[in-house]
Amino acid sequence: MSMTDRLSSAPAPRRLPHGLIVARNILLFLMRAPTSLFGLIVLGLLITLAVFAPLIATHDPYVQNLQNTLQPPSAAHLFGTDELGRDIFSRLVAGSRITLSIIFLVTIVVGPLGLFFGTVAGYYGGKVDTVLMRITDIFLSFPSLILSLAFVAALGPSLNNAIIAISLTAWPPIARLARAETMTFRQADYIAAAKLQGASSARIIWRSIVPMCLPSVLIRLTLNMATVILTAAGLGFLGLGAQPPLPEWGAMIATGRRYMIDSWWLVTFPGLAILCVSLAFNLLGDGLRDALDPKQMNRG
Amino acid sequence: MRQSKRRYAGVAEQGVSILITLFGLLILTFVIGRIMPTDPVRAMVGEDATREVYENVYRQLGLDKPMWQQFLIYLRDIATFDFGTSIRTGKPVLEDIARVLPATIELATFAIIIGAGLGTPMGVIAATNKDKWQDQLIRVFSLMGHSMPIFWTGMIALLVFYANLGWVGGSGRMSQFYIGLVPERTNFLLIDSALAGQWDVFRSALNHIILPASLLGYSSSAYITRMTRSFMLDQINQEYVTTARVKGLSRRQTIWRHAFGNIRVQLVTIVALAYGALLEGAVLIETVFAWPGFGQYLTSNLLIGDMNAVMTCVLIVGVIFIGLNILSDILYRVFDPRTR
Repeated sequence: MSMTDRLSSAPAPRRLPHGLIVARNILLFLMRAPTSLFGLIVLGLLITLAVFAPLIATHDPYVQNLQNTLQPPSAAHLFGTDELGRDIFSRLVAGSRITLSIIFLVTIVVGPLGLFFGTVAGYYGGKVDTVLMRITDIFLSFPSLILSLAFVAALGPSLNNAIIAISLTAWPPIARLARAETMTFRQADYIAAAKLQGASSARIIWRSIVPMCLPSVLIRLTLNMATVILTAAGLGFLGLGAQPPLPEWGAMIATGRRYMIDSWWLVTFPGLAILCVSLAFNLLGDGLRDALDPKQMNRG
Repeated sequence: MRQSKRRYAGVAEQGVSILITLFGLLILTFVIGRIMPTDPVRAMVGEDATREVYENVYRQLGLDKPMWQQFLIYLRDIATFDFGTSIRTGKPVLEDIARVLPATIELATFAIIIGAGLGTPMGVIAATNKDKWQDQLIRVFSLMGHSMPIFWTGMIALLVFYANLGWVGGSGRMSQFYIGLVPERTNFLLIDSALAGQWDVFRSALNHIILPASLLGYSSSAYITRMTRSFMLDQINQEYVTTARVKGLSRRQTIWRHAFGNIRVQLVTIVALAYGALLEGAVLIETVFAWPGFGQYLTSNLLIGDMNAVMTCVLIVGVIFIGLNILSDILYRVFDPRTR
């Protein structure tokens, strides 16, 4: 084995890729603050629940038992039963899958869409930029719930349409952010170098600009998730999102509303679940903002 | 001279961009209205109308014309303030909205007073005690308000404060008993009942508005707190604050008179934007509290597919938001000497 070989191979197994080191540092920073630690724990719990839902649920979330309706919480039914005798705990667990898939689908639609429009507008500038930014202006002149309401009304109420409607309203802020980022290094030397080498605009945007925008876009997506969850639950509550018998948390509250006075557990537990998850995302987003603020990071 | 010219050019440019945004808004509502799954003709003529009647109405509504012509007709109608009639109530949509809007404005105004009253001092306290326990506590408290599903909190609050404790009135704007007792002049119930000298009704109305308004206010205080905190932090770190302290001013005087005085303009714009955002919460809270306002009008028409009503509501929300953005821009220009 030659000298150079040993030099290069010795430290290699220990060194993580740069991206992972950054991710680990951010994670460590987050875990130091109790509030963002709470956020991390709740999200971890949500993912665990969703992945192992059939194992954790004590009953089938869809099976009705009309001899056993509106039972208060007990050992047999942790969170009680609903008006059709279904186990509320199991429905909440099954609902975590719906919540998680809403988050996932909205993210994979909104991220690329916002990134695409934002980088294109920022890179080309001029007329393209003006037109694209006008479009985002129009979308941004609505509160997200109202615009989603209008879209769902047009598309018809269902869970999938709610996801589409939320995605349609959630991409403009991302596009704005990606555009602002792109503008800051549009004139950078390495972009000019790529241009001189004959790289096409599409290639420059894809290879040199998109990776630079990615971190801030990801943070912004996390911050938006609380709003996404609340909007989805609100749509479900109004009967415009997930339809019964799907155990979506907002829809569960809507059906439980009729029995609320005598059976408090029907609305209380799904509401707490929504509150916990959206609070978790807000706390996490808050922590992330601190973690990526260089002034805060050095505080030690 | 040259400066004022440049200012006019800036205003003109902004005017053009507002017009473009408005135009885009109209395209959006038009498209949403056209792809709605309900058949507007069927909704108007009913299920058992003859084919002839159906086709007559179809032509009357201009649905046989090409899309771009339909859009022009839509534009012409909007320009003459003709928003069509609501299928459900049979009245012009604008008349309907004028009737329900005061209830929402009353609720939102009450809420923003609570929200700003809660959020501003909390923001100042959080900023002056940055990273101490007060800051942490306020952060969690305000994020909580931002994270709660307001329709759920509304239900729980009704259960606790109305059904169990009996501290406040239940749903609706006043007790059933008083409905129709006060002549409707402005449709602002608190004003109407005071004008009529009906203090029982006034008290009942106050009892009913306090709970939904507090919840809405709490949810909007999160945003106000956060912004106040960051504005204050910007001020506190500046040298004039140190100077004022060195000159012997007390901490409290420095903060409230000097630093707070400098963030007033920014605060007003923030509160204006939060006021508009309350419309969103109003949609949900009005459903829970059976509040006969704009939000309930919008959602109930959505569910039955009353196209004219929904499109007009969406348009109005958009216009309100554009208006608030312009307002906050103007406030900045007027009050902040640096932008001149």
